[in-house]
Amino acid sequence: MIDLLLTRYNYVAVVLLLGIGIYMLVDNRNLVKKVIGMNVFQTAIFLFFITTAYVEGGSPAIVGYGGDGPFVSPLPHVLILTAIVVGVSLTAVALALVVRIYSEYGTLDEEVLRQLYD
Amino acid sequence: MIDHVPVLLIVLPIVAGALPLLAGLVSDRAGWPIAVLAMVGQTGLAGWLGYAVATEGTISYEVGGFAAPFGIELVADGLSAAVAALIAVVALGVLGYVRTAGPREDSFFSLYLLLVAGLTGMTVTGDVFNLYVFLEITGLAAYALVASGRRASAAVAALKYLIVGTVGASLYLLGVGYLLAATGTLNMADLAAKLPEVGYDSTLVLTAFALIVGGLAVKVALFPVHTWQPGAYATAPDSVSALISALVSTVAAYALARILFSVFTVEFLRAVPVAQTALTVVAAVSVVAGSVLAVSQTDVQRMLAYSSVSQFGLVVAGFAVATPAAVVGALVHLVGHAVMKGGLFAATGVVRRRTGATTIRGYDGLSARAPVAAGSFAVLALAMVGVPPAVGFVGKWYIVLGAIRGGAWGLVVVLLASTLLTLAYFARMVERMYFTAPPDPADEEDTAALADGGDPTDAPVSPGMVAVVVAAALVAVALGPTVPIIEGAIDATIQTLLQ
Repeated sequence: MIDLLLTRYNYVAVVLLLGIGIYMLVDNRNLVKKVIGMNVFQTAIFLFFITTAYVEGGSPAIVGYGGDGPFVSPLPHVLILTAIVVGVSLTAVALALVVRIYSEYGTLDEEVLRQLYD
Repeated sequence: MIDHVPVLLIVLPIVAGALPLLAGLVSDRAGWPIAVLAMVGQTGLAGWLGYAVATEGTISYEVGGFAAPFGIELVADGLSAAVAALIAVVALGVLGYVRTAGPREDSFFSLYLLLVAGLTGMTVTGDVFNLYVFLEITGLAAYALVASGRRASAAVAALKYLIVGTVGASLYLLGVGYLLAATGTLNMADLAAKLPEVGYDSTLVLTAFALIVGGLAVKVALFPVHTWQPGAYATAPDSVSALISALVSTVAAYALARILFSVFTVEFLRAVPVAQTALTVVAAVSVVAGSVLAVSQTDVQRMLAYSSVSQFGLVVAGFAVATPAAVVGALVHLVGHAVMKGGLFAATGVVRRRTGATTIRGYDGLSARAPVAAGSFAVLALAMVGVPPAVGFVGKWYIVLGAIRGGAWGLVVVLLASTLLTLAYFARMVERMYFTAPPDPADEEDTAALADGGDPTDAPVSPGMVAVVVAAALVAVALGPTVPIIEGAIDATIQTLLQ
């Protein structure tokens, strides 16, 4: 068990971040903190992809740099670059909505909003 | 030339989506004509693609000239061509509604076209990561569209939709990560070939299945992860409700079918019965819970939203059974539901503008006050219940037939009961519209409904809006008898999918 934690600590971090992100997103009443929770959740997934790409002793897959392998898989890095762009756009839309909600209701507390809403 | 049509279907709405914003610099009335032109072009392309697929078979396109499985592949088979055509036709139809119903900002039309691009991309892509990107494009456009109305509560609903929807999409992405770790590929056809080598019962594959199906279930809005959906549908502007209720969950359900049959394949469902059982149970629970929640609503749009939870339960149940008849039924119901639910939401918009009624009590005696809207609403509601010969009947018939052939007797009971449950909430509406006296104008419920209806500047109802509602009702009835023809056209695709 200890051995697993020491050699696979990246995956432990992924699980922790996923948990923290979901917990913030579900339990926090503040809408901005919910958005932060969403970001933490996504970051955990980014870390997961990058970790799967890692090869012990591998070199970067760039012509003229790596010798003859083994190479680190470059594909997950590219995918995550795209996913980060998606994440930034989502955060931008979320924050725009938060600004609109605050200017309409003067609060970001989910419970208060729910009472106003119904 | 025909080889390029799948990619043109995505490029056209994205490029056209930039134009309303540019045109907005000189004119604030240019958005609608640009959107109509783009959607007419889109419908033409989708029709062409459908014809080509029906005559020549599957068409695939390698984006940027990189050969699959290394590059991104777009694949159009009978199924994706049908859904692409549905998207184009519904988006064009709803534009007829938008002209008067609004919103009319140029940015609205940019988002509208972006949504169409995202949905079409999800339909034709043959790559699981590409599907994630289009899922998020669709999501971003849908969140912004929900918030595009003047009602402040829409922003709250849109933020909830955004947060829940992002978690769904992220779970899907995590599942894709597991698939990539297991097989080293992202191409759907390649995954289908490599997953048996890894072993269907490997933990990686099973986890990937759970995460992907769970993520897409959020987007489809199955119970219990439907919570974003009623608020989003009920607070969005009427034209947006009609569009997204018809298309967004529909295309997510299509993506679920694509993942089930083109990536995991029927072999996986046979090899891992627990996956099939879990999917069936989720679908059955969704059918029942959605109906019960729909019956308990007082707001018509919320009732329609919960009805979608139930109807998508039916569709996913058809996919889970995975016999040819059930899958055909699920696809017919998917398309039929899009037409019927879009039409019903459009009808509620017309009714709200005509009479101010938004609650179920407000619909008392509606046939006298808004006869055409009430008539269309009733036809669409009965079609949804499954009265022959409407498309709702044909879809459910095939799903039940497929479930019987698949030996899923528990599911058959749920499916038949679901018809009664659907009747429970729609028959009540029809009864109120036709056999209950209109409310006293001084009645507080009705004035409350008026106040809730809000914006007097939204008041006008154009013939175009009514035409959209009536057309949806006519199509819902007319599609039913044409199903055998459509079934013949997509039969080859279904056979390939279920091999």
